[in-house]
Amino acid sequence: MFRYLPLILKSSMRNRRRSALTVASIAVSLCLLSVLMAMYHALFYGGEQTPAQALRLITHSKVGLATAMPYSFLNKIRAVPGVKDAMLWQWFGGSYKDARDQKNFFARFAVEPSRLFNIYPEVEMPADQKRAFEQLRTACIASDTVANKFGWKIGEKIIIVGDIFPVTLEFTLVGIYHSDTAGDALFFNKDYMRESLPATSPMRDIASSFEVQAETPADVPRVQQAIDAMFENSPQPTKTESERAFQLSFVAFLGNLKLFLMAICGAVTFTILLVSANTISMSVRERVREVGVLKTLGFTPAAILGLLIGEAAVIAAIGGLLGMGAAALLCTGVRQAPTGIIALKTLEISPAIAIYTLLIALSIGVVSSLIPASSASRTSILDSLRYSG
Amino acid sequence: MAIPASYNLRNLVVRKTTTIMTALGIALTVAVLLSVLALVAGLRTAFESTGDPAQVLVMRKGATAELNSGMTRAVFQDMKFKQGIAVDANRQPLASLEIVTVINLASVDSPAGMNVTLRGLLPVGIQMRHLSILQGRWFQTGHREVVVGKNIAKRYPGAQLGKQLRFGKGLWDVVGVMDGGQSAVNSEIFGDLGQVSSDFDRQDGLSSVLLRATDTATVPALINSLNDDQRLNVDAMTERSYYESQTNSGAPLQFLGIFVSIIMAVGSSFAAMNTMYASVARRSKEIGTLRVLGFSRGSILLSFFLESLLLSLFGGLLGCILVLPLNGITTGIGSFVTFSEIAFNFRVTPQIMIAGVLFALFMGAVGGLFPARMAAKKEILTALREI
Repeated sequence: MFRYLPLILKSSMRNRRRSALTVASIAVSLCLLSVLMAMYHALFYGGEQTPAQALRLITHSKVGLATAMPYSFLNKIRAVPGVKDAMLWQWFGGSYKDARDQKNFFARFAVEPSRLFNIYPEVEMPADQKRAFEQLRTACIASDTVANKFGWKIGEKIIIVGDIFPVTLEFTLVGIYHSDTAGDALFFNKDYMRESLPATSPMRDIASSFEVQAETPADVPRVQQAIDAMFENSPQPTKTESERAFQLSFVAFLGNLKLFLMAICGAVTFTILLVSANTISMSVRERVREVGVLKTLGFTPAAILGLLIGEAAVIAAIGGLLGMGAAALLCTGVRQAPTGIIALKTLEISPAIAIYTLLIALSIGVVSSLIPASSASRTSILDSLRYSG
Repeated sequence: MAIPASYNLRNLVVRKTTTIMTALGIALTVAVLLSVLALVAGLRTAFESTGDPAQVLVMRKGATAELNSGMTRAVFQDMKFKQGIAVDANRQPLASLEIVTVINLASVDSPAGMNVTLRGLLPVGIQMRHLSILQGRWFQTGHREVVVGKNIAKRYPGAQLGKQLRFGKGLWDVVGVMDGGQSAVNSEIFGDLGQVSSDFDRQDGLSSVLLRATDTATVPALINSLNDDQRLNVDAMTERSYYESQTNSGAPLQFLGIFVSIIMAVGSSFAAMNTMYASVARRSKEIGTLRVLGFSRGSILLSFFLESLLLSLFGGLLGCILVLPLNGITTGIGSFVTFSEIAFNFRVTPQIMIAGVLFALFMGAVGGLFPARMAAKKEILTALREI
């Protein structure tokens, strides 16, 4: 088989323009295909989890995220065997400057500063900034992306006007953190929010969600069940999910993405198949006479079949490789772009996806050349020599 | 003198396998673009047909959505007798105090659960909304009963007529299915204001107020008088503009779809180019003959360019036919404004089909230009001598 490789390469260079156009067309489509596969993987299976991520769970009301639970649940959750730590994770909402301008939107959470850094060890921040956040009640910290977007410096005064919570909070920015997993948000001390609310307000003691940290990854399923079982018959049944599952639940917001991605992948694959089959049959048709000459020289029909299929496979494989390279670049670009979807931060062309892409490329080459190649190999010498293009 | 287009048409017919394969490639590219455009068109229709231009939605100052707005009964009492609010037959103002929250239900697309808007309101709120009952009846005041939008009934197995939903402090009977035309109400669940607010312990923590102005001309004055009233501390806007602003929920999917179809278009243009080059190469002799007959280089260029456009037009039309079955299919998308899902129908409108055909023609033009130039540049003698 490899004996014929030079001949295969030579004949694929015969009509350079056509081969280049075919390679380009296949490369573009396969680039798209592998990016879509990577996206599917990142969105529905998530990329690699950090060890800290694998330990985290989120408890919220079973009715939905907008329904509040009593704050008193927190102590009960902390007492569950297998729970290492737990804290309030309160969506604050509110508005910064003019809320009608989408650009002013970023997530704001009320948390417990001392616990935040235990539960989220990936939140990278200098030790003195961490200390300042724990000590100053009106302090807040923001992710580097958010701080850069608004040009905030340490010491900046930030005013957030509440909507769900009828309070206006004025914060001092004491720290800027970096984290790939905690998202781009502003965190502040829940005690500050609580004390700003009127003493009689029922909102003082509500919680929209709790962040729970398990002792070991093996404890996660047990903790999840134990928490939900504990509140099953309470006025406010809970739903506890792993952090991964919780993040994935937001993917559903983008619509029926699963079906959409699969449909597009199907359409793309079919298109490449068409393009490739079209080119191969065009080039075989041009070469009927040449095939006749090869046969007179003693090439068997099987060898000719191999030559033609090999040529298609080489062209498709080159297209596949180029497409994969482009896809890898594209994924790097997407990872660095500020997207609202944390799952996309893990977008990459993994070895498995690379192998899939190449296999698809090769099979497209083989499948698309099967019919024209077999009919060419079966044509008799006389017929093929007599053939005029 | 121009070469008649029937020459190109016949050519495409003679080499039908190649024509069909190339056109099908273009058709699939167009189909991907059109399905995304149909989705966005459907979403836009759902949001734009929600809301009466004569109605005003009032939320707490600073709130961008009903879900995170707060409204007390005292504020409602203060605003319901403002100048410019229409009254019903019993001289009662058309003003509806409402509570909005989201509940999680398992849908056909995401069995893990999707957020759905739950709205508690009084009979006046239903009267203001141009709704009709498809099945069953309206809920009764003071009962734990809900009426679901027709899309909810279609997409959420647990929310069928006669079934029970569990939220708040217990079970609720689904007693009816309502039809709100094309509007977003089809994706909501309605229940009694008093019952819903007490189940969520929010008797005085309500969400928003819907007001009907006497006519569309008084709407701006009503909005101004509400916004300027320091005592109320509210933001008022027309109901229609509130919903229109949510149309961008489809933006991520739209972006992805357009991105994908542009990349696919690049691939399809290359394929069209390939086909046209082959077509030019195989018809060398014909081109030579045409030149001998006196057709100019310009008309050869035009003719081959036209043939490529014809090929892509065929592909574009095929693409339109491929997406037609999508028309009317229901799908859902999450809105980060309402924090819940809105279900709507794909809409393959004539406008988007025209856009699809133009997109196909563009691919054909890009793919046909260079091969046509090559055909036009051929020297008569060499062209005739080629096999």
